[in-house]
Formats: sequence, structure tokens, C-alpha cells
Amino acid sequence: MSVRVFVPRDSASKSVGADEVAQALQLALGDAATIVRNGSRGMLWLEPLVEVETDAGRIAYGPVTVDDVAGLVAAGLTAGGEHELRLGPTAELPWMQRQERLTFARVGVTDPVDADEYERHGGIVGLKKAVAMAPGDIVEEVVASGLRGRGGAGFPAGIKWRTVLEAPGEPKYIACNADEGDSGTFSDRMIMEGDPYLMLEGMAITGLAVGATEGWIYLRSEYPDAKVILETAIERARERGWIGDDVLGSGKRFEIVLRIGAGSYVCGEETAMLESLEGKRGIVRQKPPLPAHEGLWGKPTVVNNVMTLAAVPWILAHGGAAYAAHGVGRSKGTLPVQLAGNIKQGGLVEVPFGITLRELIEDFGGGTASGRPIRTIQVGGPLGAYLPPAAFDTALDYEALTAAGGLLGHGGIVVFDDTVDMARMARYAMEFCAIESCGKCTPCRIGSTRGVEVIDRIVKGEDRGKNVALLQDLCATMKDASLCAMGGLTPLPVQSALEHFPEDFRPETAPTGVSSSS
Amino acid sequence: MSSRASDAVATPEQLAAIDSSIEKLAHERGATLPIFHDIQEQLGFVPPEAIDRIAAALNLSRADVHGVLTYYHDFRQQAPGRHVLKICRAEACQAMGCERLVERLEERHGVAMHGTTEDGSLTVEPVYCLGNCALSPAVLLDNRLLGRLTEKRLDAMVHALGGDDGGAQ
Repeated sequence: MSVRVFVPRDSASKSVGADEVAQALQLALGDAATIVRNGSRGMLWLEPLVEVETDAGRIAYGPVTVDDVAGLVAAGLTAGGEHELRLGPTAELPWMQRQERLTFARVGVTDPVDADEYERHGGIVGLKKAVAMAPGDIVEEVVASGLRGRGGAGFPAGIKWRTVLEAPGEPKYIACNADEGDSGTFSDRMIMEGDPYLMLEGMAITGLAVGATEGWIYLRSEYPDAKVILETAIERARERGWIGDDVLGSGKRFEIVLRIGAGSYVCGEETAMLESLEGKRGIVRQKPPLPAHEGLWGKPTVVNNVMTLAAVPWILAHGGAAYAAHGVGRSKGTLPVQLAGNIKQGGLVEVPFGITLRELIEDFGGGTASGRPIRTIQVGGPLGAYLPPAAFDTALDYEALTAAGGLLGHGGIVVFDDTVDMARMARYAMEFCAIESCGKCTPCRIGSTRGVEVIDRIVKGEDRGKNVALLQDLCATMKDASLCAMGGLTPLPVQSALEHFPEDFRPETAPTGVSSSS
Repeated sequence: MSSRASDAVATPEQLAAIDSSIEKLAHERGATLPIFHDIQEQLGFVPPEAIDRIAAALNLSRADVHGVLTYYHDFRQQAPGRHVLKICRAEACQAMGCERLVERLEERHGVAMHGTTEDGSLTVEPVYCLGNCALSPAVLLDNRLLGRLTEKRLDAMVHALGGDDGGAQ
């Protein structure tokens, strides 16, 4: 039997040469090795990360380039031989050991589309339990877990499910929000590419829980690799009877439809996403009615993010109480955090709530990639606040971040070094809102364009006091009067930049020299 | 900015492509986006003639169909170059200097956002996040994700594509 050598097929890994490395290894090793294309372990600065299965466990090497392959093979790669790129046993790397991987347990370990391997590594246990339970009992298990929506809003998933279960109307739907548009986030993508059956299993359990017969995935078009993997996984899951007309022989139907977005950020907002799934422009709906009552095609619909649905199989397999034992306060369980931007060791870490931002960006992240001091981090995507170093001891926790003037969002942290121009970032926040606004409500549609203009005037030094007051007033209007989070939260990055970095908005003190973004 | 094909009348081949997409997908619920994607996959853009045909097949008004086509950033109404480069301009890539790549494309290669190089080899479009935020700056070249792109590699890429006579679309 030949040695198994793992080279990720995760698109981040491929973006820095994993396909070429896999080919070179196959060519160099021939029959002596079977190349397995796994997901990524999340240590993205080490990609392509090559692993070899040995008696002493899996040994990691990275980052490997095509030019390293001959040397690695000569050094006895297949036996875990010594080499300057050898990192040691993967499971013992500090980055891995400090995590609690519940959702990401299999990602990077298995071949993502191998259904047998999924089952061997604990997959489908949750679904098997669910088919033997009454719908209401499944819902209560998730209520007990304390799981909150991982898309950004943080609404308790079980409560939403209960609403849909009790709502009159047939058929009911699950809508999986895979429109991961926030800059600095990629956990959904890594699950879809690294363990797609987990998401499908989560959807099927949710369907059984609320009595839904169809699940619709809204996948963003910017993820072409995830599309290919999901198509394969859906087909194989159907062949296995994990989804389809008779889920695990229960007599219950749960079919999955995959739809692709078309480059609109606001379609990550749940009601705009439903409009887009229905083939319309992605315009935000007025709420109420809630999607739980009138969602997709006007029927009761659970809209959950990929991460939320992917947490569900573990909860069913191990129990809601076991999940709730992780985390702090009202933030239960674990969160896959994404470390991004100007960061030395960027990637994905799954940790229980309660860890501080500083531990994440310094201990895991190792500071900036440029080696310069960190000036700010943006937490929670383009609608999240820019936090100064004084706030880095804030705990990762929905309520703690809100108290610190920020938001957790989808768990992305983007690091900037001291060359960043914060007036420029504030202007970009308004500009992005102007580009992506669906146009339904005036504060967002017009306010964003006016915001760009006012920031330009402030930076030029025109009537500074008056224009700063005008910008604050405009932000207040957008916050209070916008229909959804797009217009409602755009003021957050703008006002936090102005509050913590006012010097960047004054022509006499604005950064003029090196700028990381110009 | 290239305006190639903008006023052109669709060729019989293009009309056949439109009709094949409609035939394949019109029965789907909410079929407009899937049909537009399918047409664009075949042709690289959605010719204006598609609007009437989709409207008739789905029993929608032309205004509705036009509204959907023009709402989404992905759908092009004119033919792109032989290759399409989507360059991420969101925060994580900004933190790693993506704007330098945008400037480089303009200054060195004479192509601005939404534009096409003079030789028709490359269309450049902005995109807001490719989910490769730990390996910024990121770009998508004909659906192939690339990370940690430098100006030097960008130059080499544009040069190589210029010498290539197609195959991507």
C-alpha cells in the first residue's frame, strides 16, 4: 500500500500553487504515493501545506513550492524525513493545539468529497439521531445549545427554527446563505471546499426539525471552486440517501437546490437573498413579515448562514448541552475566526468565545506581515468598526464587542499596519455602500454618496467643524432610518475611524508618506 | 474602454446560444439568474436580444428582465476581452496594497477598471472579496484564484495573456 500524501485543494492553497505542487509530487513519487487532495488546515501562511501519513501520525511540510519537491523527495518525504520545511506532526503544531475544532474537525483531515471518509470521521451521526427524533425535539436541542446565527446578526438559531416549525404554510424551506461577502471572511468557503457534507447534513437536519422539504443554497459567484465541490457533494449525498426523497429511510423528503449569486454584496442580506433566489433584483424586503413566516416563495423559511448550519450536526451528535459548555455568557460554543489582511500568520482558527482579540492577532497571527506596528483592526467585515490597539483586550463575544462599539459579524478580523490612511478607509466604507446599495431606501442610497462628498470636504479642510457635524448627522440618519444593515451599519466604520483616528482627517496631520493602500 | 459589440446585432450563433440556455433552464423556479449565467458562460456577455426572449419564455415584462440583468455586477452587456481579470479591492486586499496593482494596470498597461486592453486580450473588473483574505492581494483570472500577487507577477501575467490568442472564453 502506498503512502498517502496530502496536498490541499482549498482555493486559497491553490492560489499559491497547490495544484502544481500536487502534480510535481505525483510525478516524482509515482506509485510510491497516493496524492490526496484535502481541505486546508487553516494555516494559510504555510500553504501549500503538504502532509505525509506516517506511523507517527501526519507530518507537515510547508510552505512547499514546486522547486522544493525534488529536495523533499530526496530527504525521504514519504517517511516523514528531515527537511528545512518540515514542521513536525500536524496535530502537535501550536496553532492547531490551541484550537477547539468542533465545526472544522474534519477540514484539512479528509478528502472533502469522499463520502465514506466523511462517515468514518463521525459524519452523519447527527442526521441519524435527527431522523429518530420528533421535529420539536430537534429544535429544542438546538435551543439548548445556545447556537446563534453566525452570519452577523447573532439571532438564536433555535428560536428562529421554532418560529418556522410553528408557522402555518406548506411547503417550508431552508435557505442557506453562502453569500459570504464580507472582506476578511472565508470560513464558509473553507467549509464548502473542505467539508461540504457537513453543511448538507446541517441543512437536512434543519429540514427535519422544521418540516421543510427543500433547502436552497445561495452561493456567491466569487467562489467557483466551492461550486464545483458542492455540485459533486450534492450528487453523492443524494446517491447515499442523505438527502433526496427518503432521507436515511425516514420517508421524509429533503432536496437541495444550488443557486449562484451574481456579484451583489447586499444579497447577503437575508431578504435580498430571497428575492435573488426568486430570480429578481436583490432588493431588500420590508420586515415584517419575517422570512420565518413569509420567506422563499412566500412560505415559512429558515434562513441560516453556512457556519450556523455547519454547527448543527455536532450539536445533534453530542447534545445541545455539550455545545453550550463552550464559550462565555450568551455567546455559546465556538467561532471559526478568520485572520486576514496585513497579518504574518493569516488563516482560520476555531476557538471558544471569550478569547481576546489580542490573543488572536498576536498569538495566532504573529503581528503584521509587513513587520510594522498594528494601527487598527476591522472586526466583522466592511460594516464593522475600526478598533484601536486600546480595544484589543476586548473578548470575542457578541455582547462585549457591541459594548466596545463594534460588532462580531461573521468573525473576520482584518489587520492594518501604521501606514493605513483612516480617512481613506472611512471614505471607502461610504463608497462601497454607494456601489452596493440596493437603492430601496433613501438614507442608504443617497446618504452613502453624500457621505463620500462630505469626507472629501473634511479631508480638504473645508469648513471642518461644520462638515464633521454634518457627517455625524448623516451617519445618525443612516443608522436610524435605513431598511437593513447595509445603510444602517456603514456609519460604524466611518464613525469609529473618525473617533479613534481624527488626525487622519486633518490635512495638516493626514498620512502623506508611505501608504499601504496607495 | 472598449465598446466592442455594444451596438452589434447578435449573430445567429449567439441567438442560438441564448435559446439553448432558455430551453435548458426556463422550467426552473426563479430562472432569470441561472439563464443569464448560462448565456454569459457561453458568450462572455449577455446580448440585448436575450431580454425579449427571456421575457417571453418566463412570462415576465421586458422591464423586469432588463432590471435583473442590469442590477447585478456580474452580468456584462458587451463582450469582454479574451481573458477576464477580477481584482479584489476590499479591505483585506487594501491592507496589502491592492490599489498599487490597480494603478499599475492603468499606468503600465493602459487599462482602467471595467476596461479592456487595446489588443483585446484582457478585461479588468473590480470585485469585492474573493475569500482569499489571508493571502492578499487576491485576483481571479478566468475563474482561477491567485494570491499574494505582486506587481512583477501582474506584469508577467498581462504580458503572457497579450501573447495568447485566446481560449479562455
